[in-house]
Amino acid sequence: MSAARRQQRVIPGFGLSLGVTVTMLSLIVLIPLCSLVIYTLELSPAEFWETVTRARVLSSLWVSVSTALCAALVNTVMGLVLAWVLVRYDFPGKRVMDGMIELPFALPTAVAGIALTHLTTTNGWVGSLFARFGIEIAYTRLGITVALVFVGIPFVARSVQPVLEKLDPQYEEAAHMLGAGRGYTFFHVILPELRAPLMAGFSMAFARGIGEYGSVVFIAGNTPYETEIAPLLIMSELQEYDYSAATSLALVMLAISFLVLLANAAVQHRAARRSNG
Amino acid sequence: MKTGESQGRPWAKWALIGLAALFLGVMLVLPLIYILTVAFREGVGVFIAAITQSDALKAVLLTLGTMLVTVAVNTLFGLFAAWCLTKYAFRGKRVLSALIDLPVTLSPVTAGLIYLLTYGRQSILYPLLQRLGITIVFAVPGVILATIFVTFPLVSRELIPVLSAQGTQEEEAAALMGAGTWTIFRRVTFPHIRWALLYGVVLCAARAMGEFGAVSVVSGHLSGKTNTLPLYIELLYQGYDFTGAFAVSALLVVMSVIILILRSLLERKGDKARNAH
Amino acid sequence: MGHHIKTGLLLCLCAALLCALAACGGEDGGEGEVVELTNVSYDPTRELYAAYNQLFSDYWLDLTGQTVEITQSHGGSGSQALQVANGLEADVVTLALEQDVQAVADAGLIEDGFVQEFDNDSAPYTSIIVFLVRAGNEKEITNWDDLLREDVEIVTPNPKTSGGARWNYLAAWYYFERQGLEEEEILANMTTLFQNVVVLDSGARAATTSFVENGQGDVLIAWENEAYLTMEEYPGEYEIVIPSVSILCQPTVAVVDEVVDRNGTREVAEAYLEYLYSEEAQRLVAENYYRPCNAEIYQEYVSQSEGSVITALSGDGAWIVDAVELVDIDYFGGWAEATQRHFSDGGLFDQIFGE
Repeated sequence: MSAARRQQRVIPGFGLSLGVTVTMLSLIVLIPLCSLVIYTLELSPAEFWETVTRARVLSSLWVSVSTALCAALVNTVMGLVLAWVLVRYDFPGKRVMDGMIELPFALPTAVAGIALTHLTTTNGWVGSLFARFGIEIAYTRLGITVALVFVGIPFVARSVQPVLEKLDPQYEEAAHMLGAGRGYTFFHVILPELRAPLMAGFSMAFARGIGEYGSVVFIAGNTPYETEIAPLLIMSELQEYDYSAATSLALVMLAISFLVLLANAAVQHRAARRSNG
Repeated sequence: MKTGESQGRPWAKWALIGLAALFLGVMLVLPLIYILTVAFREGVGVFIAAITQSDALKAVLLTLGTMLVTVAVNTLFGLFAAWCLTKYAFRGKRVLSALIDLPVTLSPVTAGLIYLLTYGRQSILYPLLQRLGITIVFAVPGVILATIFVTFPLVSRELIPVLSAQGTQEEEAAALMGAGTWTIFRRVTFPHIRWALLYGVVLCAARAMGEFGAVSVVSGHLSGKTNTLPLYIELLYQGYDFTGAFAVSALLVVMSVIILILRSLLERKGDKARNAH
Repeated sequence: MGHHIKTGLLLCLCAALLCALAACGGEDGGEGEVVELTNVSYDPTRELYAAYNQLFSDYWLDLTGQTVEITQSHGGSGSQALQVANGLEADVVTLALEQDVQAVADAGLIEDGFVQEFDNDSAPYTSIIVFLVRAGNEKEITNWDDLLREDVEIVTPNPKTSGGARWNYLAAWYYFERQGLEEEEILANMTTLFQNVVVLDSGARAATTSFVENGQGDVLIAWENEAYLTMEEYPGEYEIVIPSVSILCQPTVAVVDEVVDRNGTREVAEAYLEYLYSEEAQRLVAENYYRPCNAEIYQEYVSQSEGSVITALSGDGAWIVDAVELVDIDYFGGWAEATQRHFSDGGLFDQIFGE
């Protein structure tokens, strides 16, 4: 193992690149993050526990997690479809479709939130259609999910696309020749190859969704226990100058994001090992 | 472009394309159309007046400046981090990689909060900064730092998959032949990552222009001084100037579309160059 | 060799970046005849201060020959106070609640006694809480008990995050208390009221937008000035209903001592707030639908028409409805006590949304 490691460092510049990476990471991410911990430490563990397990906090976390999960699932399926369509088919307007995917990234979340709210209220363009079937979108959890789907569009599509491009069609052809059906080929030949990028996209969309604030406050209605999201609760704690409560909540959300990312890292690691081995 | 389109069933192809188009149409195009409709509902004159106000122009300049600094910093970091994470094996690599991804998934509210707590008036660093005459939060540096934070991993995330797929043999060979770090990077690595780097820069630029949550916490909303375009949009919106708000949003959309088109043009040129080669 | 070039290049880049950051952070001192002033205010005062800043800079130019450049900042009152307490360089604050100014004072930026520094408890203008309903008032909403009816949908901001919403809440509370109800009954009524709330926005402006632009709810509990502004913007679409009982909202202004002493702007900052009490400014205040504190000018704007429902703005610009019983924050024992009792974590408002 250690011999292998030494061998890896044949390429010069390890110290420099690690140094720069760690320094910039510390300056921009880690040191500011420390203040989160410092302010939270003003609370005793019991107080911390009490702060983050209040019914209101738990319900807002649940709202955030559940809507982010739904949105990430929608985005995983649709992202896969988008990537598939963009890689495997030729059709008019393909370039436009391809170029559009990053737009949710560039549009300020607040603008997205405002536009989506106007569209989905019961007298909006889309909302009035759904209202006929008794479905309300804006000011419900469905509305939050819609906003989160919007902000999460690019993640899955963009992580699946390059992998799908590299996937050799010969595999599929071979499967075909061996008599496999299209469905079978897709689920047993293609999907396993896409597991890692799908997971990567899903976890980014999910983690982003949990923390999303700008677009959600406009569409959520913000009713406690119903449509109140965790970031909003952080804002309202801040409003009361309760820094330690705000930072405790932020820390819990940070922990959730970090767990998701670690899970993703583990999946990627396994996938990398499998493809190397 | 060659696609892996084999003897597939046409209905499946068109159904999938239709599904993808419908999804993007409802989730992405409709909000954009809505924004444009409102922006122009009082005529082109009002639209032009809204985007040529002096505060609007200052917001555009601030946004562009912030974007440039952000892209420069994050590109530098992205190159070092991606190099470091893919060319060497070392302990703690997975944690480092997860830490780098953290800012993108952290709630923007939390991102703003930590800068506020680290550099704000109640921080232990504040007297020191005062003595040095440096104002960070509620001034332009705070806006830039918060933007750098939320877009921090975007470049490195694009580079890592490409670099790890490329492996280390070529660099090792170059190193064994006695090439220095810079030469290896320029001659061996850079040609591989050019397009991924471009894509990362585009993402970073787009997101930097649109960032709302984190910047809104640290900017102080000073009209004409620290208001970026998204904040200026919110200001107009809160001031019941919906037409103005959507006009400036439309401007922002156009700016990001320009960036996306630029990328697509560059890529096409690159494709041609590669094919000619 | 290449190694060194790279390192050097990197150092240069870092240095350039730091310089850029430092240069942005630095501020050019008050050269010549230009003074800079920053006024940190809350959301609905935007139009008022846009007009007032013009008025004041003309006045100050005549008086001293100095040009004042005023930078405005608007946002939710609570978060604005928080930002000033965290180092936002505000020379003056003009916030929705005395409690928010107190928070800035508690951070050590404002000396005690700011409430007595200017006339009328440092509140140069006041406002009350009214109902905004859609034209025709189909649900026949006339007073606070109507908001308890099952068929009425209400829009109000969240008292946890919005200063304006705290006034709404307290006004309703006072109405029920005045009917002789016990705390438990009031709490039950308040719970019913908040069950009727369809959108609990985070700020006053957001609530108005939900009601006006997005067509939510039958009634918006709003600042008087917001309600009149909506009437002005959308003539014939809305009506204002003045309940029999409301609350006198006193937005507080204060000079931020630490900042003006550091920037040397105390003189102009004090004059800025002092001039709000002048006749010209008081008229401007009334024209922006705030209630002026100058009694004479107040009388000029008192509407002659009777009745508590306003279906259209009168042509002569007189709009103030005087026939409404107003309670003020002292009734609740001041903001510190009211906040503690009603809006703190686990306070009465949390019980309303408790399970």
